[in-house]
This record gives sequence, structure tokens and C-alpha cells, in this order.
Amino acid sequence: MRRRDFGAARGQRYARKGRPTWIAGLICGGFVLLMLLPLAMILSGSLMGRQEFLETCGRVLADYDGKTGFRLFPLYPTLRAYVKLLLDSPEYFTAFWNSVIQAAGVLAGQLVIALPGAWAFARYRFPGKKLLWTLYILLMILPFQVTMVSGYLVLNGMHLMDTRAAVIFTGIFSTLPVFILRKSFGGLPAEVIEAARIDGAGELRIFLHIGIPLGMRGIGSVLILGFLEYWNVIEQPMTYLKSRALWPLSMYLPQMAKGDAGAVFAASAVTMLPAVLLFLVGQESLEQGIALSGLTD
Amino acid sequence: MRRRRQRMLRRSWTPICQSRKAEREQRTGRRKRERRTAYFFLLPSLLGTCWFVLVPFLDVARRSFLTAAGTGFVGFDNYRLVFSNEAFRLAAGNTAKFLAVCLPALMCLSLLLAVLVGKLKIVCKWFKTGFLLPMAVPAVSVSVFFQMVFDRQGWLNELLELFGGRGRDWLLEDTAFWVLIACYIWKNLGYDIILWLAGLGGIPKEQYEAAKVQGAGDWQCFWHITLPQLKETAFVTGVLSFVNAFRVFREAYLLAGDYPHESIYMLQHLFNNWFASLDIQKMTAAAVLLVLAAAVALGAKEWRDGYRKEMEERRI
Repeated sequence: MRRRDFGAARGQRYARKGRPTWIAGLICGGFVLLMLLPLAMILSGSLMGRQEFLETCGRVLADYDGKTGFRLFPLYPTLRAYVKLLLDSPEYFTAFWNSVIQAAGVLAGQLVIALPGAWAFARYRFPGKKLLWTLYILLMILPFQVTMVSGYLVLNGMHLMDTRAAVIFTGIFSTLPVFILRKSFGGLPAEVIEAARIDGAGELRIFLHIGIPLGMRGIGSVLILGFLEYWNVIEQPMTYLKSRALWPLSMYLPQMAKGDAGAVFAASAVTMLPAVLLFLVGQESLEQGIALSGLTD
Repeated sequence: MRRRRQRMLRRSWTPICQSRKAEREQRTGRRKRERRTAYFFLLPSLLGTCWFVLVPFLDVARRSFLTAAGTGFVGFDNYRLVFSNEAFRLAAGNTAKFLAVCLPALMCLSLLLAVLVGKLKIVCKWFKTGFLLPMAVPAVSVSVFFQMVFDRQGWLNELLELFGGRGRDWLLEDTAFWVLIACYIWKNLGYDIILWLAGLGGIPKEQYEAAKVQGAGDWQCFWHITLPQLKETAFVTGVLSFVNAFRVFREAYLLAGDYPHESIYMLQHLFNNWFASLDIQKMTAAAVLLVLAAAVALGAKEWRDGYRKEMEERRI
């Protein structure tokens, strides 16, 4: 008798819990579909042939007299756009390599510069720390356009305008990675570091052998966030790069979109690929890193 | 009084052979070493920041009081020029309006979705992937898609006409502002959801159980347990959303170019156009103004935090 009562109560509670979960799933699912719609459209557009592309998007993106159509899946899927892009457009490759060099340069520099900086902020006390930290946060929240003139002045003085180094240097000394990394270093257990110090490890050794391996999650997320940022960056190249031979993909694609709208879907898909792949591989670390930066000290 | 007692306590534990002076010397020595190590680690970052940002910014501040050629001193004329500039007022107003609308909208929506996603234990990971994926999409793809949707002949108008409504040029009217808001939210929703989820995960489950036992409903739990403990997370989320809000310029620029509809003419457009026409006077003055505004906002926050901490300490 008693047992049945217990079961009934439990059933009731489950029933009460079950409905909100179901609704929550439905709402979230709807939002996710909405979020993924653009991706699906880009992929489907990239698989369309010339005629089909004109029928769906030609009215808007090219001069085509007809109605705009809507198609989630191409009727006659073809890889022609990809073949044309990968075999027949050398500029696309130049732009691709420019993007790779730019992103790799910024990320490598950020690792060398921001890692020790964040370590200093996370683990030591020193005079002026609070002021400097406020300054770093201030630099982090300033939009690029505000520092554009000062960046131009110094790059011009160093004769770095219109070189890849201009974009790379301004990216390296961004303070956002310091902000994220400080949180992940600050979360390391103090006992481990104290133990190493008692065992006679020097400060540099502690940083290299304890700080970096234990802070790997934060570092991974900084790398992924940085890659997504500098793979898609437009403002800096637009301001500092004049010669088209140096343009990264993010600058080259809009130009391409004006000329040959049909190829732009395929080009977007290929541009998206490294970012999405990296993203899927490192999602765990990215999530943890973002989450870390949101934790309270 | 308390401090003195502590000092006495500490002193009673010092070995007799070690004088207080030696102890103090040891402590200052350790602190000095710590200071040196800290600067050693910080130096590369600090030097680079000084060289590429701070020093040139001081130069910008100096130039903001000079003529364009950089010779004559003009006092606050450049600032007056900026304030009386029609375009600057429009752009500053638009940017403020954009931030005032998009930040609360994004933060509320992402908090709601984070609470919902948190309830779904099994499929949580897939949802997170779905929400985060827009971060990886290049700006140009986003802009092409948005153009397809919101153009005069775009999909949205086709849909509206199907149901008998009348389409409009979404990007060339005041609605452009809302298109940009949608774009921003679409891109940043996942990032904010993850931040909120981290904050939600930090709240002990026992508190909810205790409240449920005492008969509190879901809404009461959310209002009295969840929200108060998310304050710090809300601050970080707000700051990072703010940083990301300026990046929406990419999509705006690719969608509508240098001179978009005036409802989305932002400070970023203005600076870009000033830069293109080498209008160095206005740029320097406006840059100084914006940095000051950001510094004041940040300083007020720091000061309030310090004040609050002091009050708490006094209460203890």
C-alpha cells in the first residue's frame, strides 16, 4: 500500500517534469533549425547548376528576369561550381593562402605574447596590477575603428602599411586572449604550484611544465576563437592592405560575389570548411574556454 | 585592535633565533622577487601593447588639439567640429540605439534558451553545436544569405506575397536596423548560451531542492535563486556581447556598403569614411572621445565594485 503511494507520487512528479522538458526541446529545436537554415542554404546553393542557381537566386544576385524561387535541396545537384573554383581560379588560392598565413601568424604571436602575460596577471601580485588590468579590459572593449588611426600612425612610421605584417601585428597584441587565459590560469589549484615551488622548481619551469599543460583547455579555446576571428576578419585588411594580391578570403569573396554570384556559394562553402572542421574537432575545448571566461574569480 | 592581536599571535610563533627585522627582510625580498618575475612574464605583452596601441594613442590625443597638418594649436576646435557634425550625431545615436536594443535582447533570449537547454540532458550537446555553428560562418556568406532573404525580390517578400501581404525593401528602409539586430543575435546566440550555461552550472543543486521542498515553483526558483547568483556572469556576458556588437559592422558593410540606409549608419561606417577621406582632425578627436567614454564607464564599474567590497568588509 505504502509502496504504491510512493510510486504514484513519483509518477505524478514525472508527469509534471515531463511536459516542460518536451516543450523546452521543441523550442530549442526550432531555434536550432532557424540557426542552421543559412548554412543549409549555402550548401544547397553551392550544389546547384548554373540554370538552377539563376532560377532561385538570379533575380537578387544576378541580372535575371524571373521570379525568385525557394529550394531547400537542389533538383539537379552538381559539383561543377566546386570544380570550377578549385581548378580554375588561381586568385582564390592566393586569397586562401593569405588567409592561412594571416591567421597562423596572429595565433602563433598571440601564444608567445598573451600566454606569459595572462600568467603574470593570474598568479602574481605586483604594483600597478589593478590599473594595468583595467587598461587591458579597456583595450579589449574598444572597437577596432577607434584604434584605427593610432594603428595607422605606428604602422606607417614603421613602413609596414600594405604588408601582411600590418594585420598580423595588430592582431598579436589584442588583449582578448589575455582576458580569457587569465581566467583559465587563475582556476588552477594553488597547491600544485606551491608544491612545485617547494620542490625547487623555478618560476619559468612552473609556467612551462605546470601552467601550460593544465591551462590547455583555455589555450585551445583561445586558438579556436582567434582562428574564427582572424579567418573572417575584414576591418583590419580593409584598412591596412591596399594591394589585392595580399587580400585574405574575407576580402576577396565580396569582390567575387559582385562578379560571379554563382560561384560565391561554393567559395563560401570552401571558406567555411576549415572553420567548421576546426570547430567540430575543438568544440569541447571551445565550450570550456568560453565557460571559463564567464566564471567569477 | 584586531590587527594588533593578529600581529601578536603571529609574533608568538616566530622562532626566537629569527629576529623580526630578519623576517621582514625576508618577506620584502620574496615580494621583490615575485614582482620581478611578474614583470618578466608580462613584459612582452606590455611592450607590444605600449608600442602598437598606447604610445600612438597618446600621439592621436596630441594631434586632436592640432590642425590637420599637425603644426598649429587649435584648442578644442576639433572636438567642436565633431560635435557639430551631422554624421557623427547620427552615427553615435544609431550605435547607442543599436547597443541599447541588441544587448538586452540577446542576453534575455540567450538566458532563456540556456535555461531550456540546461533542462535537456541527453541532446544538450547537439543543441550546443547547432547554436554555436553560426560563429564559424564567414561574414560574406551571412551577407549573401541575408540579401537573399531581405531583398526586394527576396524570399521573405515572396512569402509575404504568398499570404497576400505586401513586400517592402527591408534593407533600404528603417527595417534595416532590425535586420542587423537579427543578424547580430543569430551570430552571437550560441556564445552567450555557453556563458550562461557555465554560470547556471555554478549554482548548487541543493538550493533548488530545498526551495522545491518548501513549495517554491519553477518561476520563484528562477527569480530568487538563479538570477541573483548570475550577476557576475551577466557582467562578463554583457562585456563580451558588447565587444562582439561592434563586429556586426562586417555584415552591415558587406550587405549595404560604405553608405547604408541611415538607420544603420554606425560609428564604424563613419570612422571608415573619415579614414578613406583622410579626415585626421575629426578622427583623432572622435577617437579620444570614445576612449574617454569607455574609460569612464569602466572606471565607474571598478569604483562601484571597490566601494561595495569595502562595505562588505566593514559589515563583517
